Amino acid sequence: MHPASSVIVFTTLSGAGYGLLGWIGLYAAAGLLPMRPLFAVVTMLVGLGTVTVGLLSSTLHLGHPERAWRALSQWRTSWLSREGVASIVAYIPALLFGFGWVAGGALRDWLALIGPALTLCAIVTVICTAYIYRSLKPIPRWSNGWVVPNYLVLAAMTGALLLAGLARVFAVPLPGIDIAAGASVLIALGLKLGYWRSTGRAKPVSTPESATGLGAIGRVDLFEAPHTSENYLLKEMGYRIARKHAAKLRVIAVVLAFLAPLALLGAAYQWRALSLPFTVVAPLVALVGVLTERWLFFAEARHVVILYYGRRLDDPAA
Amino acid sequence: MTSLPQTRGNARLGLVIDLDVCVGCHACAVNCKEWNTGGVAAPLTDLEPYGADPDGVWFNRIHSYEVSGEDARTVHFPRSCLHCEEPACVTVCPTGASYKRAEDGIVLVNEDLCIGCKLCSWACPYGAREYDLDAGVMKKCTLCIDRIYNEHLDEAARVPACVATCPTSARHFGDLGDPDSKVSQLVRERGGYDLMPEMGYKPTNKYLPPRPRRRDAAAVGAPAALEPLPQAGGLLGLIDRLLSG
Repeated sequence: MHPASSVIVFTTLSGAGYGLLGWIGLYAAAGLLPMRPLFAVVTMLVGLGTVTVGLLSSTLHLGHPERAWRALSQWRTSWLSREGVASIVAYIPALLFGFGWVAGGALRDWLALIGPALTLCAIVTVICTAYIYRSLKPIPRWSNGWVVPNYLVLAAMTGALLLAGLARVFAVPLPGIDIAAGASVLIALGLKLGYWRSTGRAKPVSTPESATGLGAIGRVDLFEAPHTSENYLLKEMGYRIARKHAAKLRVIAVVLAFLAPLALLGAAYQWRALSLPFTVVAPLVALVGVLTERWLFFAEARHVVILYYGRRLDDPAA
Repeated sequence: MTSLPQTRGNARLGLVIDLDVCVGCHACAVNCKEWNTGGVAAPLTDLEPYGADPDGVWFNRIHSYEVSGEDARTVHFPRSCLHCEEPACVTVCPTGASYKRAEDGIVLVNEDLCIGCKLCSWACPYGAREYDLDAGVMKKCTLCIDRIYNEHLDEAARVPACVATCPTSARHFGDLGDPDSKVSQLVRERGGYDLMPEMGYKPTNKYLPPRPRRRDAAAVGAPAALEPLPQAGGLLGLIDRLLSG
């Protein structure tokens, strides 16, 4: 699948933002959220900012962005529509929470109640995003049980790393955030490796033979394509990535998204004097890693329409 | 509304494509382009049509395959929207632009509602939907809805453009919901099948498989084996012998 940068930026940034909002909701529910206005303002700005930039970025690849509001109407059947609705609904607890946390006042007493609502909305929105991909049967690398947990835990991971960094910058005590960040990095790494292993081994269900129905006669190979240059189908769904590049990018993704943040968290623990730069760099490196991971999520996914062009799902060159 | 219609009429309008007689001439694709670039989904944009790298919207694409094995052959394979009974291209649409008609099952796009998110094209296993880069909306086969119900056309012409033009009658149009229709009979007699049934989209269009190849001379009306001609006598025999020498 063509890795559209607007969608890659969207899913990565909004995932991190919802992860961050989800964690502060949990801290508020547990009564562990420090009431420091400056920390509150910056954390809410980072959380809502990444979410909003991500959502706006997602409209960039539309043919008619001015009609984007129409996408809120078909939540009964469409995960994309559900995601749109969920992301807008999530602004309600997020803004209430932000005002309560920053300005204090009457809302402050309600933070323990708004917090869980915010966390729930964040989780639901990320699940909707993941299900847009999970529900597409023609793309086997997306249509499997690994995708939703991957999206959820990567959002939790980047959110926790951001929150750990912010807490360190403002010297605010946030008990357990480093452990939460480290644990989510490990779980996310395990899930990503599991995803790669499982999708790499999966035997393709559809073949050029089943796509044409000519398998009863014999093996089907393309003799002549319908057109001489690439068309929309091949540009959008026939994206090819060289196998050696994919292997290298996987290593880069694993190092940047998981191993480097883990090492930085460990270094911050080991060398207290340098814990600030280590903890601040960790989420930034992780975000670059997740962008790489997300790019691969698209670039490595194959759509069954390529079968009509004589390319097989399990052929590395396809 | 992108929910599939709850109550459906009995009609299942669609195509039956005979892979045994298709000669891969692309006439159906050309006539499709010709009609539809002036029809409801007009224009079918072409970018750089005379350039080095032309790209454009087509509703119908003709592939040719080499099928190997005992009964090896070349098969020409027209590919267009199958107007599925379970069209995920419709249900994934966030805006309600895509819909399936309750009365005849035709899958259409309302271009005024389409935001051009391309998700429907991702959801279609058959590559039936093509994005119009110029118009910013998704386009697809309409089963020539502006022909088949068009009372300004002669009754014989009220078929999709691809069917009307096929020189070998490889394409048949009709109601696959009616078990007695000509197309349903064809499907029964010839073992018509669904493409990629494992996807679960339940296509309406059916494909008729190539007939088994006729290997024996007798099967095409020729004598079962060649026999030597009797030796001619007289003058002709003399000339034959002289020339053969």
